[in-house]
Amino acid sequence: MARELWKGNEAIAEAAVRAGLQAYFGYPITPQTELLEYLSWRMPELKRAFVQAESELGAINMVYGAACTGARVMTSSSSPGISLMLEGISYIAGTEVPMVLVDVMRGGPGLGNIAPAQADYNQIVHGGGHGDYHPIVLAPSSVQESIDLTSLAFDLAEKYRSIAVVLTDGSLGQMMEPAEMPEMMPVKQVYPEWAVTGEPGRDRRFLTSINLNPVEQEKTNIRLSLRWQQVQANEVRFKEYYLDDAKFVVLGFGSSGRIALSAVRAARAEGIPVGLLRPITVNPFPTAVIEELGKHVDGMLVVEMNAGQMLEDVRLSTRNRVPIEFYGRMGGVMPLPDEVLSAIHGLVDGPRTTEGHPRDRWLARLAKNN
Amino acid sequence: MAIPSIELEQVVYERPESFRDVSTHYCPGCTHGVAHRLVAEVIDEMGLRERTIGVASVGCSVFAYNYFDFDFVQSPHGRAPAMATGIKRVLPNRVVFTYQGDGDLASIGTAEITHAAARGENITVIFINNANYGMTGGQMAPTTLPGMKTTTSLNGRDVETQGYPIRASELLATLDGSAYIVRRSLHDPKNIRLAKKAIRMAFEVQLRGLGFSMVELLSSCPTNWGLTPEDSLQFVEEKMTAFFPLNDFKVNSAVAQIKI
Repeated sequence: MARELWKGNEAIAEAAVRAGLQAYFGYPITPQTELLEYLSWRMPELKRAFVQAESELGAINMVYGAACTGARVMTSSSSPGISLMLEGISYIAGTEVPMVLVDVMRGGPGLGNIAPAQADYNQIVHGGGHGDYHPIVLAPSSVQESIDLTSLAFDLAEKYRSIAVVLTDGSLGQMMEPAEMPEMMPVKQVYPEWAVTGEPGRDRRFLTSINLNPVEQEKTNIRLSLRWQQVQANEVRFKEYYLDDAKFVVLGFGSSGRIALSAVRAARAEGIPVGLLRPITVNPFPTAVIEELGKHVDGMLVVEMNAGQMLEDVRLSTRNRVPIEFYGRMGGVMPLPDEVLSAIHGLVDGPRTTEGHPRDRWLARLAKNN
Repeated sequence: MAIPSIELEQVVYERPESFRDVSTHYCPGCTHGVAHRLVAEVIDEMGLRERTIGVASVGCSVFAYNYFDFDFVQSPHGRAPAMATGIKRVLPNRVVFTYQGDGDLASIGTAEITHAAARGENITVIFINNANYGMTGGQMAPTTLPGMKTTTSLNGRDVETQGYPIRASELLATLDGSAYIVRRSLHDPKNIRLAKKAIRMAFEVQLRGLGFSMVELLSSCPTNWGLTPEDSLQFVEEKMTAFFPLNDFKVNSAVAQIKI
């Protein structure tokens, strides 16, 4: 297929349709709304289910119901709306039904603003809803990758009876880029043996997330944890840039990873041996590759559009054995490549240390410059 | 002495096929069991057992899926109509119903039930109104009568500070998407028969694709009311029906044509 100009949010919507999306339930919220608008005509056109719900609570529970039938289902929202969905997300995780969630992150906390941010990394990656559960979280950095990872999200969700999140932001959702859509996949005809479908000729099936017997409930927790180990073993994805001879490495996901790549290229032009590691799965996190990198480089720089959330996962991965610096913008402000380049210079020029916390040094620099 | 001839045993009453042969966890005298049985009988009589999906809610009926012998899911508190919507939209030819209490439907789930009705969602709702939160031990519910004592209205519900009860059926009947909304009671055999007829009608409405249907059932809660089962039924008859009148609140013109 030819490359066409696609807007990020609409590209995700069409990619989901082509991945065999059978039902979508959503609620308007900027900067995600084009997903809802696109699917409001696209799904009925294909005689597939679409409901504009009364709230994000309604939407996630419609998803929950449809997911219990084994259908391919999706919802999408942006930060405040995701907060409302967390109840349902926990239930869906506890019931072990697959679903795809698109989070087009915006500035927060609170109502914040509609500009791009990455401050919901912890909310999505490290839970948010109650209980022990782990969603698979895919972080695209372009419209093409948004398309590709949306398709992948459905496959992974079904493979692991898990929630798969496409974690994007207001800039990726709103930007237009040339991208290539996959072929239309047929809607699936074979349903899993757990699906509640109200069909004749078999024993009753039921899906629930309640188990009043703690020992039995613990078995569910153990099953979820063991399954997550499988995800960690099999599904880690990341992208490397200029790492072969790198003495320094920049880490960033999604938009900040993409901006950091521009800075890394500029630094390379200056002769600085720096590379970039961009996690594509921020959950499961590429811990092993970062730990290994840590043994060979002189320092790392983590760049995010938040106050250092993925930073903690990088610190854990390196076991704090390698000097790390942090650069972040918050509240809907995106870092500029020049700012990241300055942060690379700061890392290279030193002093570098494994003492103290990179966030404290970053905040101290912020205070000094303001 | 001549031995009288013995008639072959004739079964006049048995467990519905849709009702599993297990003991329920409901308290003695609670009318959940009656309501469950009525639903099971109707599903059997309509031959729907193998095409029905129930949605249990949060409350005493959270384990309803253990008692019905057909497919079930269990919903977060108040969200059963949203889950039912999701199921019905992907499986439109299945029969989908929710079974919700008054705390679930008329308090935490007001948005979900209201919008399911407003959309004319083609589902059926069995709404158990026993005027308190039974599962958590008898707290004040949106349906607790003025002056009624609960664990969070120890001196009786004071409408000055705790507001007035919600008549959910009347409220939902104002919506154009509602096709059939009635209130019945389970306090005596006559009313139980009327309740069953209403449940039958509600499922007929769904089968014909006529829109949202709901049967509210006034129910007893002897344990949390601190009354004997018999006195509880009397309370339903005298106090509950006075505040929550038994009536048909919405029978749209298409539904009025149905003869059962």
